[in-house]
Amino acid sequence: MTQLDVTEAAAGATVVRNQARVRRRKGLNGRSIAVLVFLTMCALFFCVPLYVVLTTSLKTMEEIRQGQIFALPETWTLEAWNFAWNDACSGITCEGLKVGFWNSVRILVPSLILSITLAMVTGYALALWEVKWAGTFLFLLFLCAFVPLQIIMFPLIAITRTMGVYGTIMGVAVVHSVMAMPVLTLIFRNFYKDIPREIMNAAIMDSGSFWKIFVEIILPMSGNILIVVLILQITNVWNDYLVGVTFGGFNTQPMTVNLANMVTVSTGTATYNVDMAAALLTAIPPLVIYFMVGKFFVAGITAGAIKG
Amino acid sequence: MPRVSFEHIVKSYGGLNILEDLNLSVDHGEFLVLLGPSGCGKTTLLNLLAGLTDVTDGRIMIGERDVTELDPKDRGLAMVFQSYALYPTKSVRGNLKFGLSAAKLPREEVARRVDWAAKLLQIEPLMDRRPSQLSGGQRQRVAIGRALVKHADVLLFDEPLSNLDAKLRTEMRLEIMRLHDELNPTVVYVTHDQIEAMTMATRIAVMNGGVIQQFGTPDEVYETPANLFVAGFIGAPAMNLKKGHIAKANGGVAGVFETGERIVLDDYAFARAPEEGAPVVIGLRPEHFGAPNAPIGDAAGRFELPLQHTERTGSDATGYLHWGDGLLSHRVEPGDAARLRPGEKISVAFPRGKANLFDAASGERL
Ligand SMILES: Nc1ncnc2c1ncn2[C@@H]1O[C@H](COP(=O)(O)OP(=O)(O)O)[C@@H](O)[C@H]1O
Ligand SMILES: [Mg+2]
Repeated sequence: MTQLDVTEAAAGATVVRNQARVRRRKGLNGRSIAVLVFLTMCALFFCVPLYVVLTTSLKTMEEIRQGQIFALPETWTLEAWNFAWNDACSGITCEGLKVGFWNSVRILVPSLILSITLAMVTGYALALWEVKWAGTFLFLLFLCAFVPLQIIMFPLIAITRTMGVYGTIMGVAVVHSVMAMPVLTLIFRNFYKDIPREIMNAAIMDSGSFWKIFVEIILPMSGNILIVVLILQITNVWNDYLVGVTFGGFNTQPMTVNLANMVTVSTGTATYNVDMAAALLTAIPPLVIYFMVGKFFVAGITAGAIKG
Repeated sequence: MPRVSFEHIVKSYGGLNILEDLNLSVDHGEFLVLLGPSGCGKTTLLNLLAGLTDVTDGRIMIGERDVTELDPKDRGLAMVFQSYALYPTKSVRGNLKFGLSAAKLPREEVARRVDWAAKLLQIEPLMDRRPSQLSGGQRQRVAIGRALVKHADVLLFDEPLSNLDAKLRTEMRLEIMRLHDELNPTVVYVTHDQIEAMTMATRIAVMNGGVIQQFGTPDEVYETPANLFVAGFIGAPAMNLKKGHIAKANGGVAGVFETGERIVLDDYAFARAPEEGAPVVIGLRPEHFGAPNAPIGDAAGRFELPLQHTERTGSDATGYLHWGDGLLSHRVEPGDAARLRPGEKISVAFPRGKANLFDAASGERL
């Protein structure tokens, strides 16, 4: 449609150009109403709860007890945020969410490095080098990608115990990496598959070294897909609860587990403002990542290895 | 002296033989062109030489070395690819340098060679650009530069000009010939373009269906095609090929076309004495015909046929005459072509000693 308009305009006939413009505006109007209604509904659906959570976290408990959940805070206070971060109790420790936050960071970094490095090199080998049984291996990976964690949970506990990492930060990171490997490998493999054969042939004739070609030629071409995988993996690991609660030790649980304990186990009256603040604190890191690299994410999904 | 030879090469993909018992060798400093239609196995043969695919059977020698089992980087070759295959994230300089990464050279030597290639190919102003910032012709120069810096004894080209427009193609053709004259490497050059083959090669290997049909100098391939395939493939417009038979009369030999015309074959160098009535295919090159409606001194045959149309290709023109159920093409002066009218009966003469004869059954040259 746009293509047609462009060609018509290029033909230079004023009448045709005017018609095209009218047609385009009309079409936009018709559709845009439906789109606007839909978007507004979506926005409300997400925004109303967010509004409640945000305002509640900024209120004092007395105000909350009055029960007007849609009202703006009378006195704005960051007291609940401060308490949630520094002092809130989770189980018997009362050091706030910051413990869980740093645990999550310490889980995230090694699991990202481990899973992405492994998946990338495996994908590169499968896509661009002659690997024996590559087809079978790919099929197995494909199957593995559909196995839910619950099914292999007990064997995994046994394995991590034998390895001596059960209940440690490293244990959680390793399990995350293992679970992510099949999908990530398939993603990298499919991305690298589109690298023209001749570029690979040229590199093989020029250097012949698996690692040198990877580091100097392939890695620099992987920017787009790396962003995609990073976002996927950061969100996955950060938002995970099950792996953290199963494989994390007493003091090595991630932020989500920390949050859950805080909200459910606290004795006495529920401190809604603290709970809301804690929930928001937990949700902030992935949000920050989205805002920082979100636009690359879309570009990365749609772009191939070679531009122009 | 490096001499490249293929000995009894077999290559099959999943039981399907692409190349079967292929033998070919080329001397140092030669410019060998592998010429053939798309899908005939040219790239396969080149990749076997480069080591990018493994032979199913046979031996490849470069000089005194058996390279059949060697890794590509150890074969002492450099290659220019059809799609240029430049590394998209590296600058032009980076591309040239990476070409040397297997050689483990001292840094000054690398810099010296890169500068040398840049100068030779006039790409000095482009050295810090990315491939995506270059035009097709410039990319091709960089690709050639990346091959040249290796100082390899043998240079391989896989249809390097097929992505360029006609004018650039002519320019790059001259450029590659100049480089060959200056540096004198052994070149194996793959193309489906007969003009490239005829102009650049010192030797042409014409391939079809994985088999080398003829191996010889451009003149040999053009003047004495070894079989019907080569005869039909080389030359534009193509050679006129028409069925007929041998007729002997009072000591002379003649060919009789199935349409009835006769052509004297007394000057033809028969490999074996022909038999009376033997079925043959007679080939007549369009450019050997005399001017329309003008007598020539030593005519071997004469054709009086109605004109279908004329075609002008720049400096040349071709007339097409209805001949049996096909056409007879003959070169005409562009000035004369304008005067000929379709439907008009035209008489063209063919000179002695220029016809090509092939066995009708086997297609081999007689
Ligand atoms: N990797 C492969 N697997 C199966 N068949 C192949 C492969 N590569 C090439 N071929 C086949 O080999 C034949 C020759 O191909 P190629 O050498 O690329 O031809 P050319 O370069 O002369 O156009 C073609 O029929 C092609 O289908
Ligand atoms: Mg090819």
